[in-house]
Amino acid sequence: MPRIIVCLKQAIDVSQLKADPATGKLIMTSVPQKISDFDKNALEEAVRLKEKFGGEILTVTVSVEDAKTSVREALAMGADRGYLITDKALEFSDTLATSIVLAEAVKKVGQCDLILCGEASIDGFSAQVGPRMAELLNIPVITYARKITLENNTVIAERVLEDRYETVKTKTPAIITVTKEINEPRIPSLMSIMKASKKEIIYWTLEDLDIPVNKVGELGSGIKIIDILAPKTERKKIVIEGESPVEVAEKLVKALIQEGVVGR
Amino acid sequence: MSEHRDVWVFSENYDLMLELLTAGNPLAADRSSKLVAVLIGSEIEEKAHELLKYGADKVLVADYPKLKDFQIEKYLGILTSLTKKNKPEILLIGSTKNGKELASRLATRLETGCTPDCSTITIDERGQLLTKRIVYSGNAVVTATYLKKPQIATIPHRAFEKLEPREREGEITKVEVTVEEPQVELVGTNRMEVANVRIEDARIVVCGGRGIEKKEDFKPLQELAQLLGGQTSNTRPLAEDRKWFTGWVGLSGKKIKPTVYIGCGISGMIQHIAGMRDSQVVVAVNKDPEAAIFEVADYIIVGNLYEIVPAIVEALKKALKN
Ligand SMILES: Cc1cc2nc3c(=O)[nH]c(=O)nc-3n(C[C@H](O)[C@H](O)[C@H](O)COP(=O)(O)OP(=O)(O)OC[C@H]3O[C@@H](n4cnc5c(N)ncnc54)[C@H](O)[C@@H]3O)c2cc1C
Repeated sequence: MPRIIVCLKQAIDVSQLKADPATGKLIMTSVPQKISDFDKNALEEAVRLKEKFGGEILTVTVSVEDAKTSVREALAMGADRGYLITDKALEFSDTLATSIVLAEAVKKVGQCDLILCGEASIDGFSAQVGPRMAELLNIPVITYARKITLENNTVIAERVLEDRYETVKTKTPAIITVTKEINEPRIPSLMSIMKASKKEIIYWTLEDLDIPVNKVGELGSGIKIIDILAPKTERKKIVIEGESPVEVAEKLVKALIQEGVVGR
Repeated sequence: MSEHRDVWVFSENYDLMLELLTAGNPLAADRSSKLVAVLIGSEIEEKAHELLKYGADKVLVADYPKLKDFQIEKYLGILTSLTKKNKPEILLIGSTKNGKELASRLATRLETGCTPDCSTITIDERGQLLTKRIVYSGNAVVTATYLKKPQIATIPHRAFEKLEPREREGEITKVEVTVEEPQVELVGTNRMEVANVRIEDARIVVCGGRGIEKKEDFKPLQELAQLLGGQTSNTRPLAEDRKWFTGWVGLSGKKIKPTVYIGCGISGMIQHIAGMRDSQVVVAVNKDPEAAIFEVADYIIVGNLYEIVPAIVEALKKALKN
């Protein structure tokens, strides 16, 4: 029976972001947090595999702040146990440092058949953590999967690329990053939310994982963020009006020709 | 630190590699170093010469029959040994999905950072690479720099234009490599519907959203695109929920920057905007005067797309005749 580890990131809810109109700087305090969208698809896929084959689902979350509400939600969706690695020293960690922590946590959780991640996180969208962990753990990785089939110790997946789908296969244990297309994550019932409150969340620090502090934070990172600003878009915002669709259409065509972007 | 030098570029997509040379050129000039292209494949000598014409000072060529088809692990192994040996200061990799996986894995092997999907790359006053890219579903631009070397960045298609080729002096070096056995085996490939292939290359994109009720109703949009010599695309729900198409424009889909983008029946959610924000001229047709897409539009038409789009087609036919 498969033992599946799902890597869950708690990310800011980007749809709730606002910028300071004066400075253009994003206001990052008190933005609500949630499980990063594609990670939820990864968890849902694990739950579906468990429904088919049995086994066990463990989630691993690395976070500067406490992420237990997100882990509770994962437990309500069907995970059996959650591991939460929280440490102030993790602040300013990039994907290089974060992947090291996740990989060490996965090792400590122990033997598993699959490690599932989202294709990317909804905030940073770098799509790096899955492939980086594969290197650190020295196991195969399949990215951008929209379908997963598990057969004994072989996993077959369909990858979504720019212009084609690829069917690939590899041996377990393997890491798979999933796309949003793979499934529709369930909304936990009241029953499962109640049951989840009895499930265990295990807290680890960097010390528990034997990770020296110079491997994380700014010291352990390859990238340093300088600033995060709201993007500037200056658009003309010309409203085209007219008595009829024909009149409106003619005005538009005239404008586009005048701009030199259409015709001849 | 100082042992790292030169700007390297690599993409398994040859057209993108030519664009990377344009991106790498000013960086190499700024650092008074060489621009080096890594070319991997089989029977690629001609291409190696061509890369010099497009701006490379030097081309490292791994030319072996078993490298004919791109396979991440085979190419990754070669790039790992070449970069470990030669220590480039900057490494630009094409931001295809495979390219991004490759870049992440290479960065891990080299214990360094990697910035994905950079729209701008420059050298700062300390001589470090400075990148800009869009994050938070298109809500923010993050500027970042590096703390380790090599400094790896991935660059999306069409962020830079390839140079005009011209005869230039340059060096072509064949490299000997050992090819890693891949851990993941390719079983089969399926092409996607042609309409969404290379939408990044279209000069004009007519994009449809959920305001279009039936797949047949996409016809007028196709007609409009055809008249303009462009292509059609769509928002994600038309692909994912309605299964009419396979690709889409947006944060999780294609990033486009056509000369003209015409959005029909599209609300303008940030995830979609993230894919079309850089279009030169944006036209939006929506029946809701409050639609968010109007915030990023140059020409705003409040109205029913079922009436407006056919009218634009007619108006255009008339105008093009004159
Ligand atoms: C993690 C994540 C990633 C995502 N990535 C993407 C992405 O890459 N690309 C993407 O597109 N979406 C993406 N989405 C989805 C995105 O949030 C929106 O749901 C989607 O873009 C909305 O598509 P739409 O504008 O077609 O539909 P809707 O939001 O339903 O808008 C339809 C619009 O049509 C208008 N309309 C209806 N009838 C007419 C008519 N007859 N004439 C004129 N106007 C009419 C309505 O007023 C409305 O504004 C993502 C979502 C998530 C959570």
